[in-house]
Amino acid sequence: MSEPPAPRAPMVRIQGLVKRFGGRDVLRGIDLEVETGSVMCIIGPSGSGKSTLLSCINHLEPYDGGKIWVGGELVGYREHRDRLYELPEHRIARMRARIGMVFQHFNLFPHMTALQNVMEAPIRVKRLPVDRVRREALRLLDQVGLAGKAGQFPAQLSGGEQQRVAIARGLAMEPQLMLFDEPTSALDPELVGDVLAVMKDLARSGMTMVVVTHELAFAREVGDALTFMDGGLVVERGAPRAVLSAPAEKRTQEFLSRVL
Amino acid sequence: MARGVGSMTGLPPPGTQPIVRLRHPWTWAACVITGLIAALVLYSVATNPAFEWGVVAQYMLDGQILAGLARTAELTVAAMLIGLLLGTLLAVMRLSRNILLSVMSWLYIWAFRSVPVLVQLIFWYNFGALYPHIVLGIPFGPVFYSANTNAVITPLTAALAGLGLAQAAYTAEVIRAGILSVPPGQTRAAKALGMGPTTIFFRIVFPQAMRVVIPPIGNEVISMVKNTSLVSVIALAELLYTAQLIYSRTYQTIPLLIVASLWYLIVVSVLSAGQHFLEHRYRHRA
Ligand SMILES: Nc1ncnc2c1ncn2[C@@H]1O[C@H](COP(=O)(O)OP(=O)(O)OP(=O)(O)O)[C@@H](O)[C@H]1O
Ligand SMILES: [Mg+2]
Repeated sequence: MSEPPAPRAPMVRIQGLVKRFGGRDVLRGIDLEVETGSVMCIIGPSGSGKSTLLSCINHLEPYDGGKIWVGGELVGYREHRDRLYELPEHRIARMRARIGMVFQHFNLFPHMTALQNVMEAPIRVKRLPVDRVRREALRLLDQVGLAGKAGQFPAQLSGGEQQRVAIARGLAMEPQLMLFDEPTSALDPELVGDVLAVMKDLARSGMTMVVVTHELAFAREVGDALTFMDGGLVVERGAPRAVLSAPAEKRTQEFLSRVL
Repeated sequence: MARGVGSMTGLPPPGTQPIVRLRHPWTWAACVITGLIAALVLYSVATNPAFEWGVVAQYMLDGQILAGLARTAELTVAAMLIGLLLGTLLAVMRLSRNILLSVMSWLYIWAFRSVPVLVQLIFWYNFGALYPHIVLGIPFGPVFYSANTNAVITPLTAALAGLGLAQAAYTAEVIRAGILSVPPGQTRAAKALGMGPTTIFFRIVFPQAMRVVIPPIGNEVISMVKNTSLVSVIALAELLYTAQLIYSRTYQTIPLLIVASLWYLIVVSVLSAGQHFLEHRYRHRA
């Protein structure tokens, strides 16, 4: 614990990332690094490309230019003699299995109980024995404060509870990186705290996290770095406290004055 | 507060003031008239000797009729199974990004939904006229299996082909709509967990599509019970053709048609009750 931290390679490295939707550049050359074990928060106005950036990191959206590495491995492509060759679906799936993702609208599987939601991927993807997966899933549900709700279907849970099940579902795959896309934006204000508390614990446990959020207090308290995006570009980045209290760029100032 | 104001202004306490509901005299009048007409019809049906209720009772549980009924049930189940399996495959092909699969599925659905099932049945029954021999083997190479078409295409196989292949076209459209009703976020979440396309389809998308698909499929099963009677044209002894066989011998046409109709009524009623029950259960679990 008290040893000096070894110099580590970044968990996520993004270089010159370009993404187009129907001829329109939505991401226009993003450069970003996320240190292993750190929490990167991303803020920015609607339509600035935050969700698209996250979807490129686990290749839910294939990108059109630049490169992304996760854990030192190029995402979605194989590089050979200056060319990128698309990887087959099963290779991409294997990479995604190491990256957890939490969505704004939870996207729990409605036909499965909370417990089944958490158990599904470890059983089907990792093919782990059911007993072991069940034990681990129950532990995770306990960790997110839902020990008593294992048998409930998503429709029987509050938004905050659903989102915590979704976090447990992601953690069940023992990911090396967790992506959060506005995890609390769809929640009633009084339910936001529980979800943020779970995320804070997760950050404290050393999980590498990329969090798109409008919760500036969370970014300030938990984030190790903050990125402000606008118009498909990174406008400003730095320590959360510095960016939030003394933004260097005019666009950041304008955005913050509107949200605060 | 409200109660205080009420008692001060002399209004009765809430919930105690009598309310006179609107009356519907014409509804009652219509009921009486309809009841009278129904009684007249029933009386005529019961007393008109041409219905020959005695003959109806005699044949209701006749062995031949029951065998025909069993054949109708078998045909319904088998044709629906073909329809469901092939229909699911067609729906998946139709939604595939592979243009060849998609177009093939579209063509199939177009053709089999456009030609009347009755025509398709007769067509399959006469398939032997088109290809007298059925041959399995490598084109222009060795032959593994060869048979006279008329030996393979019995009335039963023709009936199953006619009913099942057409049903697949209808079922495919129902299942496609079901698959499209599953929100794309479900697939995204499943992909993000590292699931492959097969797992995503069978574990995530298909079970959710079923919820939307079950009520219309229930209707299709009920239609199929009745559609099996079309098979009588190719001389397969299901319920209707059995009745026809008997009355062509005994000339008791009306009573035997009533026997068949009563059995269709009974089977469809039981299936409708089952469908109601299923839908009810699904709604409560969702
Ligand atoms: N599948 C898609 N097809 C076409 N355009 C898309 C698609 N997804 C996103 N876009 C466009 O890309 C731009 C960036 O979208 P994105 O969802 O990444 O923004 P965002 O920063 O996450 O916004 P918000 O805060 O509203 O979630 C938007 O203009 C959006 O309309
Ligand atoms: Mg977004």
